[in-house]
Amino acid sequence: MPKTLTEKILKGQAGELVQRSIDLIMCHDVTTPPAIKMLKKIKVKKVWDPDKIIVCPDHFVPNKDIQSAQLAKELHDWVQEQGIKHYYQLGCHGVCHAILPEQGHIKPGMIVVGADSHTCTYGALGCFSTGIGSTDAAYVLATGKLWFKVPPTLRFNLTGKLPKGTTAKDIILYIIKQIGVDGAQYKAMEFGGEVIDQLTQEEKMTICNMAVEAGAKNGIIENTQWQSDPDSKYEQVFDYDLSQLEPMVAYPHLPSNGKTITQAVEDKIRINQVFIGSCTNGRYGDLKQAAELFKNQKVKTRTIVIPATTDIYKKCLQNGLLEIFLEAGCVVSTPTCGPCLGGHMGILAKGEKCVSTSNRNFVGRMGHPESQVYLASPLVAAASAIKGTISDPRKQMV
Amino acid sequence: MQANIHVYPKDSINTDEIIPARYLNSDQESELAKHALEDLDPNFIKKVGAGDFIIAGHDFGSGSSREHAIWALRGAGIQGVIAKSFARIFYRNAINNGFYAIECPGLDQKLKTGIKIDLNLDQGFFTAGKKKYSFTPIPDFVKDIMQKGGLLKTIQ
Repeated sequence: MPKTLTEKILKGQAGELVQRSIDLIMCHDVTTPPAIKMLKKIKVKKVWDPDKIIVCPDHFVPNKDIQSAQLAKELHDWVQEQGIKHYYQLGCHGVCHAILPEQGHIKPGMIVVGADSHTCTYGALGCFSTGIGSTDAAYVLATGKLWFKVPPTLRFNLTGKLPKGTTAKDIILYIIKQIGVDGAQYKAMEFGGEVIDQLTQEEKMTICNMAVEAGAKNGIIENTQWQSDPDSKYEQVFDYDLSQLEPMVAYPHLPSNGKTITQAVEDKIRINQVFIGSCTNGRYGDLKQAAELFKNQKVKTRTIVIPATTDIYKKCLQNGLLEIFLEAGCVVSTPTCGPCLGGHMGILAKGEKCVSTSNRNFVGRMGHPESQVYLASPLVAAASAIKGTISDPRKQMV
Repeated sequence: MQANIHVYPKDSINTDEIIPARYLNSDQESELAKHALEDLDPNFIKKVGAGDFIIAGHDFGSGSSREHAIWALRGAGIQGVIAKSFARIFYRNAINNGFYAIECPGLDQKLKTGIKIDLNLDQGFFTAGKKKYSFTPIPDFVKDIMQKGGLLKTIQ
């Protein structure tokens, strides 16, 4: 029977319950310490395979307060005790979903889980990858296995020629606007078509990263070796011609609340902060796009730029991007998830508005419950930082 | 089983609302409970009692994979959530913790905070006054995990 790529990797048909061996698990500083306590409680002394565990403290690094420092220490001590060598601690650290692909841990055809909802990012490289909670993580750490219900697949064929000034972020915000925040609930989202074929690996990750914002179990993109069978059964096929796509802005408080930049400019939205970074848009290509707009410009809004990993940070330094950001009046932080989840490094006050390149604009996501987050691409974020209002990057591009 | 209900009818009540990330520097249930649902209803913790249920719309528990969302609700005394539908990671986390996540698409506006419901988990329905609301009975493999007291108990 022909299979979709997700069915092929999980070796089952949609709807089937399967127990599978896990090729890789990603652990970070918020969801892993509880899993460690659970393992101690059930007296599991050794993890199943230390080489298949990647530990990336990223949410509250560098430690933001005493309590988070305690959790980080629990994680650190456990990593030492278990002999886990893939440990990206401060100095070689970064946002987990940028680190794993960058450091070559992700291979097509793998089954990957991570104790973080944006683990769906890695599907861009042709693997099955999904987010889990702490108990599931503890189960995997103990046994190397996990149960799954094989999801049905929604196929997205993206055709046409992506217009200048629109990016992978605009594509995924557009799709989520079409299908809604639970439009892919429990399902796989498979992205393909000529638009996808022309994207870089980084851009593909931006798209798969936000599959969870439509409720999906995983996002996935085929490659030369790993593909859905020609006659595989999709639950639904969506055909979008993106030739007329505009830059998109998701208004508060849902990622599905997308409007075109033309609409957003008409709404004359004054902003208090811009954040460029996160597992969605903190990679080198994202920062390079922003830097091109910042060159010889000054920001009118406080602007926080966070390269997603230490290697990206170094590359920004070597290629002069850090200087462009600083000359424009931005601040550049060491890698952290920080402001994206209202952790630290850029919390919003009551009534403040932020344009963010991250993935969620829920109530209180980046700070005060009465603050507001507008999701957009690095180009829209940079253009808006320069003007002080939500602005169209196409007008500023040379 | 009789239970009090607290009705929050909106869709997509996400895990940032259930327990904001500013409190994730703790993984202690009693600590998290103090802030359960505070961005949605600052008085939530004062209103709820042991064994109560939450009634909600579609896509309950969307967003982050933080299991802290379950622990915060459980710490506040909540025994389970009855929603029109659930986000998948929250649903899995609920099962794994032996916390009731009951999918009931037919919830309606007659259900008000403060009334009592009578739950029949085996047969898949609850009653409120004279009205009966059916839900998908909990699948056997889920029941097995829940009866053992959570996923990790199935390892030994």
